[in-house]
Amino acid sequence: MKWDVIFQAENLALYGEGVVTTLGLLFSSLLVGGVLALFMAIALTERWKWLRLLVGAYTYVFRGTPLLIQVYLIYYGLGQLEWIQARWDEVWPWTYFKDPAFCAVLALSLNTAAYTAEMLAGAIRETNPGEIEAAQAFGMNHWQVMWSVTLPSAFRRTLPAYGNEVIMMLQTTSLASAVPSLIDLTSAASRVYAKFYLPFEAYLFAGLMYLLMTFALSGMFKLLERRYLAFLAPRSSNV
Amino acid sequence: MSGYYFSILQGSLVSAAVALTSLAIAVALGLLTAAARLSKNRTSVYVATAYATVMRGIPELVLMLLVFYGGTMGLNQLLQMMGSSTSVDINPFLAGVFTLGVIYGAYMSETFRGAILAIPAGQAEAAQAFGMSRRQIFFRIILPQMVRYALPGFSNNWLVLIKATALVSLIGLHDMTYLAKQASAATRQPFVFLLFTGLLFLVFTSLSLWGLRKLNDKYSLGTRQVVLL
Repeated sequence: MKWDVIFQAENLALYGEGVVTTLGLLFSSLLVGGVLALFMAIALTERWKWLRLLVGAYTYVFRGTPLLIQVYLIYYGLGQLEWIQARWDEVWPWTYFKDPAFCAVLALSLNTAAYTAEMLAGAIRETNPGEIEAAQAFGMNHWQVMWSVTLPSAFRRTLPAYGNEVIMMLQTTSLASAVPSLIDLTSAASRVYAKFYLPFEAYLFAGLMYLLMTFALSGMFKLLERRYLAFLAPRSSNV
Repeated sequence: MSGYYFSILQGSLVSAAVALTSLAIAVALGLLTAAARLSKNRTSVYVATAYATVMRGIPELVLMLLVFYGGTMGLNQLLQMMGSSTSVDINPFLAGVFTLGVIYGAYMSETFRGAILAIPAGQAEAAQAFGMSRRQIFFRIILPQMVRYALPGFSNNWLVLIKATALVSLIGLHDMTYLAKQASAATRQPFVFLLFTGLLFLVFTSLSLWGLRKLNDKYSLGTRQVVLL
């Protein structure tokens, strides 16, 4: 084992760059995916039949296919379409499809949005009917009930499952290394491996960094749960 | 053109083989780990918990690359130490199946542990009072009821596992994702081939969902379903 190679300044810098890219991919796709998921969860639970079917089909397809295929489809596949080819050199939004980081974030966002939407929709459906009746009795209209009663309580109840999803997403970002020229933590490790032919050290170190990030994220969600799910905790006798 | 589609279709058999073999390893490891975590032996509890925690915190891809490249190097060094001058490559199928099995074994252990804990302790006690041995209690009382509690988590893990098999294409196994990429490169028509592969995955996951739902219906016969109105 030659761990000193890993701890050379330039290699540590490469890993550092990888961590920054990985976290950047994670948080930007969580943000975009989260916003999308909110709208889709509402669409899944409202009475507009066609929209519900459409969003349902979307989540079914995105949850039923591997992310790797989705990344490839967006990064390599779309380039085949003449319609995109005609535009991606000049016309504004389409120029982004030449950017590997954009393609990775797009694929990750669309993927996590599908999972999060189903999770949130489940929580919305399970809202205690009494809460909604009480809100209606206060004279709230449909969207007021949604905004001030259903969603806040659904967010809280989704928190544990969402924590798992975030940790899964952290690991999923490693697939971004399949997009060339994007240096996330996994590709950083692959570069170190290729340069020094040290597979154990290179990948174990990356694995350790992922593990640390996983622990940090799960610790963060434990704190959030303690704060926002306090009302669900068993009442202790010595208060 | 149709030759490429056919080869991807053949590759789907490789993907299915990877998924099923990994599943077998994962279930065996998962049961073993769940048993170790619930045992009274402190060391086995620690080891099993550490395994389950670490494996769920490292991306499949990183571990797969570690096993594939690291395993090849380790094996060659071992051969060299034994005085052999031949160099070998680890079979990507074995590396992939081993990695996925070990990782999903950790996820399965969580599911199985929860399922075992969900069975009221009184059941095992009653069986004991009937004079059953520990083995009998496990196979006659715990296991049949565990299936019902474990099925939802098991289904989830299986669906994630199917999709994770796409990763073996990155270590060079000729599964359907690998063949789709090759066909894309050869014909410069990545969109159609990738879409076709995605559809095949969708067929796999849909069939699994259907089968698991049937199984779930069978194992939850006689349980009360509460429907909130």
